[in-house]
Amino acid sequence: MGRSATTKDAQALFHSLRSAYAATPNNLKIIDLYIVFAVVTAVIQVVYMAIVGSFPFNSFLSGVLSCVGTAVLAVSLRIQVNKENKEFKDLPPERAFADFVLCNLVLHLVIMNFLG
Amino acid sequence: MARNLGFLVVALLVLASSCDSAIFSPVSESHRSAALELFSPIDGSFGSLEETYEALKTFEVLGIKKKPDIRTSACASVVDTLQSTSSALKDLFHALRVNGILKCDLSNEAFTGIESRLKDSLNAANSLLDFYYSIGGLMLVKDQTSVVHVHLGDADKIFRSIKALSQSDGRWRLSSNNPESSNDAAGIALETLAGVISLASSEIDHSLIATLKNDIAKLFDGIERYDDGTCYFDEKLVDARGHHGPLSASASVVRGVTAFAAVTSESLNLPGEKILGLAKFFLGIGVPGGAKDLYYQILALACLENIRGSVPLILSLPATVLSVTKKDQLKVRLSTVLGSSAPPLSVKLMQIFVSGSKDASIIDQKLKFDPDNSVHVLEKLPPNVNVGNYIFSFEVVFDDPEHKKNYVTGGRTKVPIHFTGIIKIDSAEIAVLDSDLGSIESQKKLELPGENAVALSANHLQKLRLSFQLITPAGQAFKPHQAFLKLRHESGVEHIFVVGNSGKKFEIVLDFLGLVEKFYYLSGRYEIQLTVGDSVMENSFLQPLGHIELDLPDAPEKAARPPPQPVDPYTRYGPKAEITHIFRAPEKRPPRELSLAFLGLVLLPFFGFLAGLVLLRANLKNWPKSTVPATFASLFHLGIAAVLLLYAFFWFKLDLFTTLKVLSILGVFLMFVGHKTLSHLASTSAKLKSA
Repeated sequence: MGRSATTKDAQALFHSLRSAYAATPNNLKIIDLYIVFAVVTAVIQVVYMAIVGSFPFNSFLSGVLSCVGTAVLAVSLRIQVNKENKEFKDLPPERAFADFVLCNLVLHLVIMNFLG
Repeated sequence: MARNLGFLVVALLVLASSCDSAIFSPVSESHRSAALELFSPIDGSFGSLEETYEALKTFEVLGIKKKPDIRTSACASVVDTLQSTSSALKDLFHALRVNGILKCDLSNEAFTGIESRLKDSLNAANSLLDFYYSIGGLMLVKDQTSVVHVHLGDADKIFRSIKALSQSDGRWRLSSNNPESSNDAAGIALETLAGVISLASSEIDHSLIATLKNDIAKLFDGIERYDDGTCYFDEKLVDARGHHGPLSASASVVRGVTAFAAVTSESLNLPGEKILGLAKFFLGIGVPGGAKDLYYQILALACLENIRGSVPLILSLPATVLSVTKKDQLKVRLSTVLGSSAPPLSVKLMQIFVSGSKDASIIDQKLKFDPDNSVHVLEKLPPNVNVGNYIFSFEVVFDDPEHKKNYVTGGRTKVPIHFTGIIKIDSAEIAVLDSDLGSIESQKKLELPGENAVALSANHLQKLRLSFQLITPAGQAFKPHQAFLKLRHESGVEHIFVVGNSGKKFEIVLDFLGLVEKFYYLSGRYEIQLTVGDSVMENSFLQPLGHIELDLPDAPEKAARPPPQPVDPYTRYGPKAEITHIFRAPEKRPPRELSLAFLGLVLLPFFGFLAGLVLLRANLKNWPKSTVPATFASLFHLGIAAVLLLYAFFWFKLDLFTTLKVLSILGVFLMFVGHKTLSHLASTSAKLKSA
């Protein structure tokens, strides 16, 4: 009975989360999708490293860091673009996007250098 | 000739090493060949007239018949000089000298002209050299022609003016202005004065000649000596005629004194031993290396050969190293300095000294004269002469006592002689002894010097004993300079021991117990080698005797290692050992298929992203419609694509600097278009919000 109650609670929680999430604006969903894509790519790289070993280590780091870095930048973009965030009320989203692009370009320059 | 040369070398060595006893030898073939070599004409002439005269005179004295033919060029030069009115006095003198030997064609008028010129120069002479050349020239003219009569009317005056330049110590100055006096000038002055005396038409004042004799005596008082009996006149000044050394100064004095002795009727009473000393000085040079030195030497010896009243006789030995075993006979030769034979005389061996000690024995034995070879032979050696170094003292006695007035022999002459012989080696044996007991384990007899190949073996508790006796031909015990025993290990390490002696017996005992450490604890085969040698031993030897197998205990931890043996120097530059490099093992790479599979797997999320975008109904509705913003927007995206393309190039090919350069350009461009686009979008959304 506990088990079915927990399952039911989990299901109910899941449903509520899902419906709440459906309410988010589309642009935020796009950003979330991008973040998920980056993280999945990072996970695949880690699994590969776990299988074949960490040589060359710099390449592994560079790959994982690129994914993680871009995910982080996307998160910060999401924070700044989110209309419900009172802190960034006066910041135009285009400006945030421009920062995102610039930081990504710098990140990828560093990544390409470190890739070797 | 080679033997003479070798003998000369020995003579010089002996001269250098021993005091008071030395060997001098008269002029020999080596002088003649040196003369031909040193005086060799260049382009048919010897150079100046002075050099021509030196060469010709040297050839004449040495009796060289086969001399280079320079007659034509020399005579041409002579005639030219003598007939020219502008020739200097010195050139006239030298030309006349050359003419005296070559006897070129000269007319009587020429001689008359020369004679008057010389007389004029004589009257105008004020330095010693002017007098010398004038008087010398007049003497030569007198000898070379009978037509011209040469007489000096005012001989006394000339004599006094020359004498005025003399000093109290017997030397002369070259001119009244020059305060420096020299022996060389003294010789020139004496020669000139002798010429004056011979040319004088009337008798010179006797007192003048007596004072001159005193001057000569004083000059000889200033003679220098070496330890071995040679005498010479030294010169330390450098004057206008060049640097003078003892050779030229002594030669000059000898010439002057000889010339003077020839013109005076009475004897000069020259100190005989000093004349002999001068002769030894000139002979002791050997064969000089320069032409001028050879000329001085030969000229001086020619003068000494004929000096009136004291012709030196030289005692020389053809061989100074004699073998007692071969019973070599001691030969002595007496001759004049130029090698001519001496008058009849006999040589007696008076004393024998042992070199290096005070032993001397008085012999008084006469040598037998061998007329065929003109040598005096000592037929039998005195009984106490053995191998070693001795000094023999000889005395010369003339058969005719009258000869004592004309010749000088120098009393006792000491000569060093080296006697060698074959040394007999007796009772040579080698044995291995047991220590403590001294009992012989193995003993072998040795034949020395001969082939020996003993094979012994010993351990560290035993001793090796080698003994032998050395006996001279006379039967006495002999102590050589060297007696060494060498043991050489097969690895090259050597040990040398000196064989000591007690009386007649030479013995060495090697106690291996004490030598274990010295031998570096090396066991194995040791080659034995014995060396016995001495300068008087004709059969010195260095011989392998055989080998000994030594059994030594093992080396303890702290023992000294044997010294490294010298490496063959040629292997230093040979090829070295091959070096094998150990490389780091390359990292294990994953199999290719696995990598490719994961590459595909990594690309999957991208497609998933695209699929998700489609699912979310992402669209491009906000793309600007009008042209300019649209261009900017597309340029913005193209710019980002270009940057990413640049990164791709950067990874494949480019370096960071190029990338940054291009990136800066692209970045500026991107900033510009991005700003334009985003500001347009911002303004559009603001309009929408406000609307």
